[in-house]
Amino acid sequence: MTGTDTAPAAAADDLDQPPVFAAAPKHWTEAAWARIGVPILIGILFICLWELLVYALGIRRFVLPRPSMIAVALVEHFGSLMASLWYTLKVTFMAFGLALIGGVALAILFVQSRVLELALFPYAVILQVTPVVAIAPIVLIWTGLDNVYLALLILAWIVAFFPILSNMVLGLRSADHNLINLLQLYGASRWQILRRLQLPSALPYLLGGMKISGGLALIGAVVAEFVSFSGGESGIAWRIIESGNRLETERMFAALILLSAAGVTIFMVLHGLQHLALRKWHESALKREN
Amino acid sequence: MVSAAATAGLAAVNPSEPALDGAVLTDNRPVRPLIRLQGVHKVYSNGTVALRDVGLEIGQHAFVSLLGPSGCGKSTVLRLIAGLGDLSAGRIDWPLSRVDAGGVPDRDLGFVFQEPTLMPWATVFDNVFLPLRLAGKSRRAMRDQVEEALAMVHLEGFANAYPRELSGGMKMRVSIARALVTRPKVLLMDEPFAALDEITRFKLNNDLLKLWQDNSFTVIFVTHSVYESVYLSQRIVVMAARPGRVIADARIDAPYPRDDSFRTTDAYNRYCRDVSESLHRAMETPA
Repeated sequence: MTGTDTAPAAAADDLDQPPVFAAAPKHWTEAAWARIGVPILIGILFICLWELLVYALGIRRFVLPRPSMIAVALVEHFGSLMASLWYTLKVTFMAFGLALIGGVALAILFVQSRVLELALFPYAVILQVTPVVAIAPIVLIWTGLDNVYLALLILAWIVAFFPILSNMVLGLRSADHNLINLLQLYGASRWQILRRLQLPSALPYLLGGMKISGGLALIGAVVAEFVSFSGGESGIAWRIIESGNRLETERMFAALILLSAAGVTIFMVLHGLQHLALRKWHESALKREN
Repeated sequence: MVSAAATAGLAAVNPSEPALDGAVLTDNRPVRPLIRLQGVHKVYSNGTVALRDVGLEIGQHAFVSLLGPSGCGKSTVLRLIAGLGDLSAGRIDWPLSRVDAGGVPDRDLGFVFQEPTLMPWATVFDNVFLPLRLAGKSRRAMRDQVEEALAMVHLEGFANAYPRELSGGMKMRVSIARALVTRPKVLLMDEPFAALDEITRFKLNNDLLKLWQDNSFTVIFVTHSVYESVYLSQRIVVMAARPGRVIADARIDAPYPRDDSFRTTDAYNRYCRDVSESLHRAMETPA
């Protein structure tokens, strides 16, 4: 429902065309079919071509397995691979959650205190630009090899933290200055300005940061696993290394498929969250005729 | 030219002598004004002199326009009255208002910006409710007061709409409702209708005049439109730029209620011509 439905006569004259908000489509349009159908069709063609070429050229199984063999491996090892994936996802979610809390909290502190921002922001940048692969060995020494989970968590957190911090700072600072003046006019406290104005203004930026950060947390967890491979624990990256060592290439591909699926799911969930939070008011959720 | 200015009640003012406005008691002692500016200077940190020696007195239930070219400091005057920003010199008093222990007067005002300045994530109701919420009032207790404010600007039935769903004129109405919801003594308006089309602007001019007549608040209205200021105001304070200063104070003696027919009267045209002339003098007069 838009306001137009209930427009009283008195105000109707200054109604221009109100914008229409994105709603669930009543019937599937051609565009929607094309958006889903075409990529699927391309994928099927690609897999068929792959299967045929590997078969026709006689490429050996450990160099490039046929898709059908990957499918068999996926079914065969599904249980153990899922368990490993779950281990990695636990690190990912935990790191993402901590990055979210830490990033938002630090951003709020930065916006409240210029001095604090000047003092700490450069170090946040240093943490961000130093490759996580290079930090991993040190972190592993600190946590100890019997505490690899903590090392993974710290490394994934380092990667996921910065996009949330920097987007949140930008978002908090982009609150409409006239609105800040208006709140000051009514004697609003700092807390009220933060709660009523700066936090809602920052929400679109935060959600954008979360979308980047969610993917990075998974990448961070996997990279950390590769670097800190000890053979004892059981993340999905370790399954990939292990399969590689045994030349079980089809199992590597199966693990890779699960990893990609997890990454896509994280992205979709965060994208859905963004849509739910912004669909009623934000520019990005607006559907236009032209 | 002098006689024309006289008929419109125009007078060049000596800035150090505040122009008096409003009612006079029977024994000819002036009543205390609602707001008094004395020798107000404002210099920005980059050295720009925004205001030089501005003196002004504004009475209760007055409708005063601040008119001038861009850069004349009219918006700055409004913001200083609202308590936004500090004076470089001079003082602004609220002789009729309570003053708290820290010497800050209870200004009791509403402010309408040039942009509607609404929170896009909040419904029309929540936008209008904002000043009351900041004062710690509960939504349930204030529901009637918010709806009354919406009714004043003819937006009944839009409480649950989001700002995005409204036209420019309707957003400005929401902004006015928000400014009036606390039932303030003063409504400060900073070129509120400048971005609207002419038809919408005329309609909002009429609605604003009606609100002003039906209620007892004072309006201080910043505009760069001679026609708008003459149509609305009892009094027009003409300002010049570089540095910002008051150069004329005109009384518009046409009776209220005024409606669109006022725009076609000889008196209206004469006032517009006189105010335009003093505005042109404002542009030519060196500081």
